[in-house]
Amino acid sequence: MAVVVAVTLVVSLALAQLLNLDFPGRRVVRWALIVPWAASLIMTAKLFVWIYDYYFGVLNHALVSLGLLARPVDWLGDDATVMGAMIVVGVFVSLPFTTYVLLAGLATIPGEVYEAALVDGASAWRTYRSVTLPLLRPALLVATVLNVIYVFNSFPIVWTLNDRNPGFGHDTTITYMYKIAFKSALRDVGLAAALGVVNVLAILLAVLVYLRAVRWREQEA
Amino acid sequence: MLAGAGQVLALALVSPYLVMVFTALKPAAELRTTPPRLLPAAWQPDNLLAVLGDEAFQSWLGVSVIVAAASTALVILAAVPAAYYTARHRFRGRGAFLFLVLVTQMFAPTALVVGLYREFFELDLINTYTALILTNAAFNLAFAVWMLQAFFASIPREIEEAAAVDGCGRLRALLAIMLPLSLPGIVTAAIFAFIAAWNEYIVALTLMTDAARKPLTVGITTYVTAYVQHWNLLFAASLVAIVPVVVLFALIERYLVGGLTAGSLK
Repeated sequence: MAVVVAVTLVVSLALAQLLNLDFPGRRVVRWALIVPWAASLIMTAKLFVWIYDYYFGVLNHALVSLGLLARPVDWLGDDATVMGAMIVVGVFVSLPFTTYVLLAGLATIPGEVYEAALVDGASAWRTYRSVTLPLLRPALLVATVLNVIYVFNSFPIVWTLNDRNPGFGHDTTITYMYKIAFKSALRDVGLAAALGVVNVLAILLAVLVYLRAVRWREQEA
Repeated sequence: MLAGAGQVLALALVSPYLVMVFTALKPAAELRTTPPRLLPAAWQPDNLLAVLGDEAFQSWLGVSVIVAAASTALVILAAVPAAYYTARHRFRGRGAFLFLVLVTQMFAPTALVVGLYREFFELDLINTYTALILTNAAFNLAFAVWMLQAFFASIPREIEEAAAVDGCGRLRALLAIMLPLSLPGIVTAAIFAFIAAWNEYIVALTLMTDAARKPLTVGITTYVTAYVQHWNLLFAASLVAIVPVVVLFALIERYLVGGLTAGSLK
């Protein structure tokens, strides 16, 4: 699941950079970015089950027609692809929030530092690496930690896309807990409650990191 | 060039939802064709009417509206006074209070659902609107308090003092001056709480086992099960649920990040 956070951050960085520029149609792109954020997770997850479908899904058809795949792949039924398929959906629904946080971060960087970099003859890449990224660090930290917390809560995605999996493979600790408590033959409330405590502790850890990151920001200011 | 990149990006973001729209407008016979077609051969907008006329759907929609509206009202009722007081007064434990509120935002219901079930079971509230409304209200309170607190703090205290000098009572100052000024903030908090409750899934899935009391998010999944596969109806119903909240979300877009990252970014 760490992959989701990492990929989300990298893609969001690019998106935020793009949306921070002024170009015709920017409003439309921002609205498009809102859709995966506002739509209910469970409905988006169902939608991807349909898109990934082995026989009738658009994805297989498109990839085979384009010659990218020799034959259809059972994305959600194959142990080798189900994780990747879930990660793609996880990234897709995390992008909007992350991009918005990074956009807010970019907005706090004053224009003068770029002028200074330009005067000093820094290249675009150099400016990005030495000016933008360090100044964006607080926003990046906030985005990272909040994403970690949201991934913990991405229950509907794993629940829906991993539905065909009879065992506990590819479960997150949250869906594992849920299966133990309400679905499996075990119905072991004690074990589920114990897992709940583990989850809460894990989130608490993420929260502490978050608060440290925020305080770090305040001291800088 | 940039505009082109923007268009590609926008298309990539909405393309899964275009599949949703096209599938929602397909007749049942077209769902299982090989090779699959993206666009319906025969457009069938009647699917939307079929869903809207479905009694089960009407019931889910009703539950969603009741739960989302009631929990939003609760959030606003509790958050406005709490946020106003913390914004205007410096009291002992103010920092601790705001900190505690922030921490509750981190604990979304998913991690706590086993405990919640147990708690409502003890209270004999399984399958009641009360349980769902209370849970939704509780989990959306943090965002509302933080956002409104920042909003109230940004309204200069002098405006209220001027009103007092002009002989305006405290309550009247609140209602006639602060309320209109803070309306955008309150509307944003309300819309956000409404959408969060509207989209909530796991608590509803767990607490509402009675078919007549399932909200939309849980109910629509019965369109596609191991036995029936009405993908077109599932997506038609999803569209009815998604379109209004996307529009609401677009309205409050620019206020959102401030509230979600609560005080950590300027």
